[in-house]
Amino acid sequence: MEIPYTISTRPDTGLWNAKIGIWLFLASEVMLFGGLFSAYIFLRIDSAPGMWPHGLLNVPVGTFNTCILIMSSVTVVLAWASLKMRRYRAYWWYMLATILCGIIFLVVKLAYEWPQKYDHFGIYIKPEALGKYEQYLGNAYAAEKELPPRLEITGHLHNRAALSDPNIKEYEVALDPLNADPTNPSMDRPHFFPLPVTDKIATIEKKDVERATMFLPTHNAYFASYFTITGLHGLHVLAGVLVFIYMWLPVSKKLYQRSPEHLANRVEVSGLFWHFVDLIWIFVFPLFYLL
Amino acid sequence: MNNPPDVAQDSKEYEEYAHGVQKHVRGYLIVGATLLAFTMITVALSYVDFGAILSSLFHTNLSATQGRKANIAVALLVAMFKAGLVAAIFMHLAAEKRLIYRILIFTGFFVLGLFWLTLLAWYDYPIFR
Amino acid sequence: MDASASVETHHDPHAHAAEHEHHELGWWRKYIFSTDHKVIGIQYGLCGLVFLFFGFCLMMMMRWQLAYPGQAMPVIGKWLPYIFGAESMPDGKMTPNFYNSLGAMHGTIMIFLGVVPLAFAAFGNFVVPLQIGAPDMTFPKVNAASFWAFAVGGVIMSMSFFVPGGAAKGGWTSYVPLAAFDDTGPDRNPVFNGQTLWLIGFIFLITSSLLGAVNFITTIIQLRAKGLTWMRLPFFVWAQFVTAFLLLLAFPPLEAAIIMQLMDRLAHTSFFLPAGLVLNGVPVSISGGGSPLLWQHLFWFLGHPEVYVLILPAFGIVAEILANNSRKPLWGYKSLVFSVLVIGFLSFVVWAHHMWMTGMGSTVSAFFQTTTLLISIPSVIILSAFFISLWGGSIRFTVPMLFATAFLPMFGIGGLTGIPLAFNSADLYLHDTYYIIAHFHYIVAPGTIFGLFAGIYYWFPKATGRKMNDFWGQVHFWPTLICMNVIFLPMFLQGMAGMHRRWFDGGQGWNVANEHTIWGLTGFQWNHPISWAAWIMGLAQIPFIINFFWSIKHGEKVNDNPWEATTLEWTAPSPPPHGNFVTTPVAYRGPYEYSLPGCERDFTMQNEPVEPTERTRRKPPAELVPA
Repeated sequence: MEIPYTISTRPDTGLWNAKIGIWLFLASEVMLFGGLFSAYIFLRIDSAPGMWPHGLLNVPVGTFNTCILIMSSVTVVLAWASLKMRRYRAYWWYMLATILCGIIFLVVKLAYEWPQKYDHFGIYIKPEALGKYEQYLGNAYAAEKELPPRLEITGHLHNRAALSDPNIKEYEVALDPLNADPTNPSMDRPHFFPLPVTDKIATIEKKDVERATMFLPTHNAYFASYFTITGLHGLHVLAGVLVFIYMWLPVSKKLYQRSPEHLANRVEVSGLFWHFVDLIWIFVFPLFYLL
Repeated sequence: MNNPPDVAQDSKEYEEYAHGVQKHVRGYLIVGATLLAFTMITVALSYVDFGAILSSLFHTNLSATQGRKANIAVALLVAMFKAGLVAAIFMHLAAEKRLIYRILIFTGFFVLGLFWLTLLAWYDYPIFR
Repeated sequence: MDASASVETHHDPHAHAAEHEHHELGWWRKYIFSTDHKVIGIQYGLCGLVFLFFGFCLMMMMRWQLAYPGQAMPVIGKWLPYIFGAESMPDGKMTPNFYNSLGAMHGTIMIFLGVVPLAFAAFGNFVVPLQIGAPDMTFPKVNAASFWAFAVGGVIMSMSFFVPGGAAKGGWTSYVPLAAFDDTGPDRNPVFNGQTLWLIGFIFLITSSLLGAVNFITTIIQLRAKGLTWMRLPFFVWAQFVTAFLLLLAFPPLEAAIIMQLMDRLAHTSFFLPAGLVLNGVPVSISGGGSPLLWQHLFWFLGHPEVYVLILPAFGIVAEILANNSRKPLWGYKSLVFSVLVIGFLSFVVWAHHMWMTGMGSTVSAFFQTTTLLISIPSVIILSAFFISLWGGSIRFTVPMLFATAFLPMFGIGGLTGIPLAFNSADLYLHDTYYIIAHFHYIVAPGTIFGLFAGIYYWFPKATGRKMNDFWGQVHFWPTLICMNVIFLPMFLQGMAGMHRRWFDGGQGWNVANEHTIWGLTGFQWNHPISWAAWIMGLAQIPFIINFFWSIKHGEKVNDNPWEATTLEWTAPSPPPHGNFVTTPVAYRGPYEYSLPGCERDFTMQNEPVEPTERTRRKPPAELVPA
């Protein structure tokens, strides 16, 4: 029993089945990421001044990942084109390139970007204690320049035991450049190349601390949305990579020999999904890394 | 079961289409290069202080938050341009059938409705007046 | 089930020849992991019915607590703690937490594990490809995946009753911050607790619905038989089409919200949690910055289209049965189609009428009140068209027709009682009272579920080749109808008197429930007849269950078209073989050609060619009229 219009197009719609199916699925994905982006918008709009951080993500690495994803979009559409032109060898190499780009993206994100965050420490100072740590925050300077207030001291935590041991009464933090030199005008806006942690150590007493954690989803609304959106996006990248691997393995050659147009359609449909994933990243990248 | 048979696999229709695809390959490469270029432009523009530029252009004093909003607008415009390229060229939307457009227009309407109406409800509280 | 078993019994030469194209499938591939839409439809149907029954039992337990609060449940009260855990019902007396979990799970199970799988997935899967003359759905494997995702979700939800702490207790709406902190703490497993399992199970259910929706829409667009134009589709197909779009576009924002609530629970984020929360006297260690309202907006963005998902398939089923049993075409087909499309569209922009109590401002409130009132118009058009369809008909009260006709006034009551709720002002009083419960139950219980019963009795012969017993169908119908009204009609009055929903003691400890009498009984005392009616209604379902299973093997054998209906599914053998049709149908006429003037029979099937001299209601395209 054959399902009609799997490969050929239905005359009145001009489409074959899976094309409609994938666009319907992508419509639902638009609504899914729409829901997440609407959460991002409301959390950001509603955040108190100074509570939405900027410049905490590694922009060069993010740019690199964006370029990798764009290249993979190019290679996947070239893979599809090769299949339509019945050039299997070319298809095979382009698909391999797409898979590798996807894997590089995931490895950079999961093995470099995210772990970098887990090691970065941030302390929100209690409002009443802000004056005490003025040397690290520079709020008078910020107020003068009409910049948002600075409520957080960030850097690398030296005495890790302080996190779990209630007897240790203070945190020793190797400060980030902004907190090491808060009144330096070059610190007013984020830098392209991430500046390394300085040697300057600050001792912050636990009683002055509102909240102190590593840069995990729990740290603040920004990281909650960052990890959730990039995490879900990463899952979609992984799913795409797995589908592409299946279409690249020898089993695809068999389908190609039986019905090359069928394989071309499958690659087109998965390619559409992949382009959508790239499209989401085109928005995620500026919203989290640059703005 | 006499179901309508599928059209033969390698009919003339597909050969003609294959020629058409060759013409598009150059387009794909150009769009790819454009996307890469605009990624660099997005990054560069994010370090430009649009608040200061607009302030001097219109002789007003924009605050830091308003300046940031200007940057957000610029970045989103560039992102929409890039997304448009991906959708139109890579996803073949520019030459797609009406049915697909209809599905997407409804989706776009509803997702904008989700954003706009929630935003409206967010700020239309007596406490904000 | 029997749908595929017919391959052996129906030795039609065409079917047999076609089967040789691929090898015989093993038992597992044929009956369990089948990709045939009929098998999947029946799988969904049976699971849906089981969950409906389970949800009903949860309600019957709640009704004991409401009528006799604090008293030990007789007979089964001893055994329930063995099933649900000792802390659920010590000495057979329900605890408040257990009552809350019953309430939350009754709602969740009935809606997402009972009605949606039955109304949309079961009936849609079985009937739609047959009604459009297709051999199967466009994506059979995706169809199977959709069912198994539903099954996994159902298992997870059911499993949640048996973990420490019991099932989710925060209402089917899972409002934060309660839902974010419920079932957390030192004596709860971070993942295997009621609320988290509810969230995880829900993700599987949403995935199942999304896959199903993609399948339905593509199938209806692409696989309509030759000659079956959009305006010749049976109304049931239109209803399923719009329902699929609602599921496709409305579920994902809830999926996003569920992911965020899972993050709040498991990763301690604060998507929905504002700063300054204090739990049991201790400030909670969260970052804050979130908003409980965000959850409500994202939940109800689905929540409202969801209620249309619950009713539209029932509209479709009732439409088919009304036309069939009044032996005349549906009145106002174009209006029906237009109305169902408008309902689908408007249902996305009315959601905040579930949030009148959040104190929203007058501008946005005016917007949503307007759209909510607007959406009542197409619903009234549809119901009116159904009523008018009966006028002048030659009505025969078969069992499906009993349920379908009863649907009309019952849904009417449910729908009309919703109109006051469209007004912010009236709803401020009525929100979260028993009025609301009565309103939506009238729509879903004697509304949708009657439509589903009607559909089961109606299409049972197509699926099995046998009819369900008519006498026991009547025994099922009449007590159910009467009990439905005894249960839900007084609830309107309880609600208007001020009795609140989700009260563990049924109002016993509240003045509003004990001070005034309504028709001789106080609000709280009304719980007694309501509960008894609920239990009697439970008994009335037993004939249905027995009838259903007994008739599969021993019901009266009937031909392929026992109801003398016109739509394409009745041209297929009963039960249809794999691939459905012996010869691919071609549609020459509209779906409700009953009582055509000049015709001998009082029905003409959709695939009967049109004679040049024949007067039909619509002119067929030229190429289909023989010279």
